[in-house]
Amino acid sequence: MPTSRWLPYMLIAPASVFLAVFFAVPLVQTIVLSFDGGTAGFLGNYQRMLNDLNFNVSIRNTFMLVLTVVPLQMMLAIGMGLMLQKMQKGRELVLWIWTIPLGVSDLAAGLVWLAILQNTGYLNTLLFHMGVIDSPTAWLNAETPVTLFIAVVVAEIWRSTAVVLVIIVAGLQLIPKEFGEAAEIFGAGRWQKFTRVTLPMLKPSLQSALILRTVLAFEVFAAVYAIGGRNIPVLVGEAYVWQRENQNYSVAAAYAVLIMVISLAATAVYLRLLREKPEAQA
Amino acid sequence: MTKPSIGSVKGWIYGSGVAVLCVWVLLPIGLIGLGAFGGRPAVYQWPKTLWPASLSLDQLAVFLKIDGVWNAALNSVLAASLTMVMALLLGAPAGYALARFSFKGATLFRLMILLTRAFPLAILALPLTVLFIRVGLYDTAFGVSLVHTALALPFAAMITASLFAGIPRELEEAAWVFGCTRWQAFVKVVLPLALPGMAAAAIFAFVISWNEVFAASVLTVQQRTLTAYLLTVLSESPLHYRFAGGFILIVPSVVFIFAVRRYLFALWGVTSR
Repeated sequence: MPTSRWLPYMLIAPASVFLAVFFAVPLVQTIVLSFDGGTAGFLGNYQRMLNDLNFNVSIRNTFMLVLTVVPLQMMLAIGMGLMLQKMQKGRELVLWIWTIPLGVSDLAAGLVWLAILQNTGYLNTLLFHMGVIDSPTAWLNAETPVTLFIAVVVAEIWRSTAVVLVIIVAGLQLIPKEFGEAAEIFGAGRWQKFTRVTLPMLKPSLQSALILRTVLAFEVFAAVYAIGGRNIPVLVGEAYVWQRENQNYSVAAAYAVLIMVISLAATAVYLRLLREKPEAQA
Repeated sequence: MTKPSIGSVKGWIYGSGVAVLCVWVLLPIGLIGLGAFGGRPAVYQWPKTLWPASLSLDQLAVFLKIDGVWNAALNSVLAASLTMVMALLLGAPAGYALARFSFKGATLFRLMILLTRAFPLAILALPLTVLFIRVGLYDTAFGVSLVHTALALPFAAMITASLFAGIPRELEEAAWVFGCTRWQAFVKVVLPLALPGMAAAAIFAFVISWNEVFAASVLTVQQRTLTAYLLTVLSESPLHYRFAGGFILIVPSVVFIFAVRRYLFALWGVTSR
């Protein structure tokens, strides 16, 4: 069949044009908008962002959330993946149950944990029956920043570990069984087998899971608002407030640029840290 | 290698670990369900009983009758359906090109697709507000679905690429020999084989849109999607309404994940390596 040289280009053209319009253009627009400070000058919007009362708090909260949630969920997902690998019966069912949160939005996850952790919620009922508290206790307001933070961490881990699990399970399936068997023959213990064979072979999966989750974790917003309202400001939340309530699209754009720069920097760091060594490549 | 008794203790610990993790995932969904069907009395009951007396469908019906909820749910369905159609119509041809042709620029295109993942895409809805107001797309389900398509399109392209790559080229070539055009061969031979996987990709696009909060909230005022509606009324609505909303958000997604469970690895695992 004579194939037109142009056919593949015609096939990718619609997707390319669409992504150019809805990815590249708004990207440039965001950057332009953020530097359009009007009378305040070139960096006026960034100045306003930096002087914003919530700025430092939201930077700190966002980074603390990312640095707590991502490592914990990576460890949890690796553990779950290894458990699944050992399973003979019921693996399908367990995998399905564990991946259910894939379909749960961050907003819904926040509301789920609000139902558990609110004053007259299930956690307090449990604590009441254990004799720890004797009346409804608040964990999620401005006076209890530590428990509020923990609540958001729990909700985020509950919701977003599933995607890491799927990536890791797919990666584990690609490791040839012979590698582990060879390690056993040479006398490697379970821990050695894990650190010397499984983890290095899993590196590409870990890398893509880390990049994906870190970028998304810096966007954390709806779960935080569902659980703690404005009591725990985060970067995307501030961008939202500047856009919707202050109607200041330029400062919102400055926040957006900052979030993008942080995301790209994180991606670059992972790509560098987890780079394949030349001799490891096929 | 170890004594059987020790092995069974290990097996027991391991089995209970699996069970605990299943409960960890499922129990919270059950608890927000109790909040949704229990209504005000169940939510403020203290201390709680395991099975609230007020459990009934009426409580959820009350939530759906609130002004704006039904409309928001319809907008969500509309935006998600449009996203599903557009992501597949734009993504599947690109996926086919990536799977069947080696052409200059294929690597660049792949790179562009991967690059979109390193970006917080939903945030790009911020400047689109201005553009959308100008062209009349602001505050419409269609406007929201355009941004959601940008989110779902890279996935659709990668998933369909791996689907088409899994269908032997020879089948298509045989159809050409029997006089089919490229298009006919695609429709009669490739498409039927790829259909279940494409349905999974479509469902996945639907869920991406259904769950998206930020872009939907930024781009709508009156015609809010369900997520945008819930986010904007969070601070003023009573708890049992919030739980009902959260529960309604979760249910379709859980069903969808069940429907696409066989394709999860094509969706997330292999393509993201």
